[in-house]
Amino acid sequence: MTLRVRLSHRLGDFALDAAFEAPPGLTVLYGPSGSGKTSVVNAVAGLLRPDSGRIAVDDWVLLDSAARLCLPPHRRRLGYVFQEGRLFPHLSVRQNLRYGRWFAPRAARGPDMARVVEMLGIGPLLDRRPGALSGGEKSRVAIGRALLAAPRLILADEPLAALDEARKAEILPYFERLRDEGGVPILYVSHASAEVARLATTVVALRAGRIAAVGPPSQVLGDPRAVGVETASILSARVAGQDADGLTRLLTPGGPVFVARLAAPPGTELRLRIGSGNVILSGARPEGISALNILTGRITAIVPEDGPNAQVTLALGPDRLTARITRRSLSQMGLAEGQGCHAILKSVAVAPGDLGLASDQPGHPR
Amino acid sequence: MIDALTGWLGPAEWQAVRLSLRVGVVATLASLPLGILVAYALARWTFPGKQLLNGLVHLPLILPPVVTGYLLLIGFGRRGAVGQWLEAWFGIVLSFRWTGAVLAAAIMAFPLMVRAIRLAIEAVDPRLEQAAATLGARPPMVFLTVTLPLILPGVIAGAILAFAKAIGEFGATITFVSNIPGQTQTVPSAIYALLQAPGGEAAASRLVMIAIAIAMTALLLSEHLARRAARRVAGA
Repeated sequence: MTLRVRLSHRLGDFALDAAFEAPPGLTVLYGPSGSGKTSVVNAVAGLLRPDSGRIAVDDWVLLDSAARLCLPPHRRRLGYVFQEGRLFPHLSVRQNLRYGRWFAPRAARGPDMARVVEMLGIGPLLDRRPGALSGGEKSRVAIGRALLAAPRLILADEPLAALDEARKAEILPYFERLRDEGGVPILYVSHASAEVARLATTVVALRAGRIAAVGPPSQVLGDPRAVGVETASILSARVAGQDADGLTRLLTPGGPVFVARLAAPPGTELRLRIGSGNVILSGARPEGISALNILTGRITAIVPEDGPNAQVTLALGPDRLTARITRRSLSQMGLAEGQGCHAILKSVAVAPGDLGLASDQPGHPR
Repeated sequence: MIDALTGWLGPAEWQAVRLSLRVGVVATLASLPLGILVAYALARWTFPGKQLLNGLVHLPLILPPVVTGYLLLIGFGRRGAVGQWLEAWFGIVLSFRWTGAVLAAAIMAFPLMVRAIRLAIEAVDPRLEQAAATLGARPPMVFLTVTLPLILPGVIAGAILAFAKAIGEFGATITFVSNIPGQTQTVPSAIYALLQAPGGEAAASRLVMIAIAIAMTALLLSEHLARRAARRVAGA
């Protein structure tokens, strides 16, 4: 199932004008706050009626302003996971979970209640009221409630934003599992590049109400026009082995990378996310430094920023690695496109490549 | 206990107490659905004439009760436009009947009821209602399963406040339906009549005590029920 969205809407001084497709999998709407992400999701949910546009899941039309068609939210068959959970305070967890099932058409066999409860680990909470739950527990119940409504599309508006790091690490795997089970398309709003790197199969970058880029995360996150100065690179990696001194050896197209011990068998596919500010470039192969992770590649692009910095992108096999360095270093080193170059990684975040669990740990042995 | 009470009160006074309770209960229950609807409209909807409706609802609070009673007499009396229509089509006569006392009490108590319920509705987070809609609930179901349970403490408080006001209503009632023992003589009218006649003080003071007891009971009951409902809603 593919979600197709085209809409334009004016709210005071803010103009939203966006068109994109979300293929099966998890599509992240990514952008700074105020870029219009939530407005897009609310338009898909029917909570905001755009001035004009068309929204459809395959050939099932939710909104078509040209045909004067706008389904009310209760007829859109969605599972919306809100940032604040929005659990019903007067109902028990069990009643909250069953709420959507109540209104779903009988023919729509949603997921099994027992299975969802088990997957989210909320069995012990069923008879409690939302007021007695912690933030992480509320998030899990909110996800369960959305799933059990037998939705044809799952929407999530920054579902992790109100949680601390530990709780985020606890909830992220559930979204990974939803994505990998591959049932319904998921439209997920986030402004955190770590979540994008870990979850997205497609990224739609929004800036000031317009689409800046659409594509796989490795491409969009490295594109300064799409995400501004906070670019990041996604490298594909495979676990090669566990070394005796507690490090895990990964193979990437640019060379080996070592991270703190990962509980993953050799051959496991991973994604590495490297913030552009965490990369140092060197013309010659650096000697006598503490950094272990030094990759080699060829410069494919140099994009100066407005300020004193520039973004330099290296090709490492099929992957791209972007470094953010000063323009002064750039001219002192005499870097140019096509030149070979070494990249020293100060910090690497690991995310699972396809499926399975992994923690988002910073692995930066020096 | 009822026997002891009727023995202590005397038949005429007991009749007044019973009538007052009946008028209070019927006036409250009959106006509650409309009260919730009007409170919801004032809290959530925008429509032309909203301020006019708001003013109309609150008018009995500000007008002298005698004026309200007189307006009811003009409108709902046997020769009033609405009164004639009600009698012709439904055989309902309000003036100088206990049903008229119910109408007068309900109208006088309505602003208090609407105010309490409206405040409760305004305190409900509309985002919860949106969440219910995205889960497939049509607007009436959203109201029944989310809004109504959440405003229940306010509805109870408003209803009991309206009941207390209804059994104590005097000015509009006596103007509209007069002071007929057994028909329209509620506790306040009976106290008033007893105080006009020589030697009525003892009976009047018994009714005063009854009035105080009913008012206190209503107040405590509403506090208790509202607190219980609020605890349930808070979800601890």
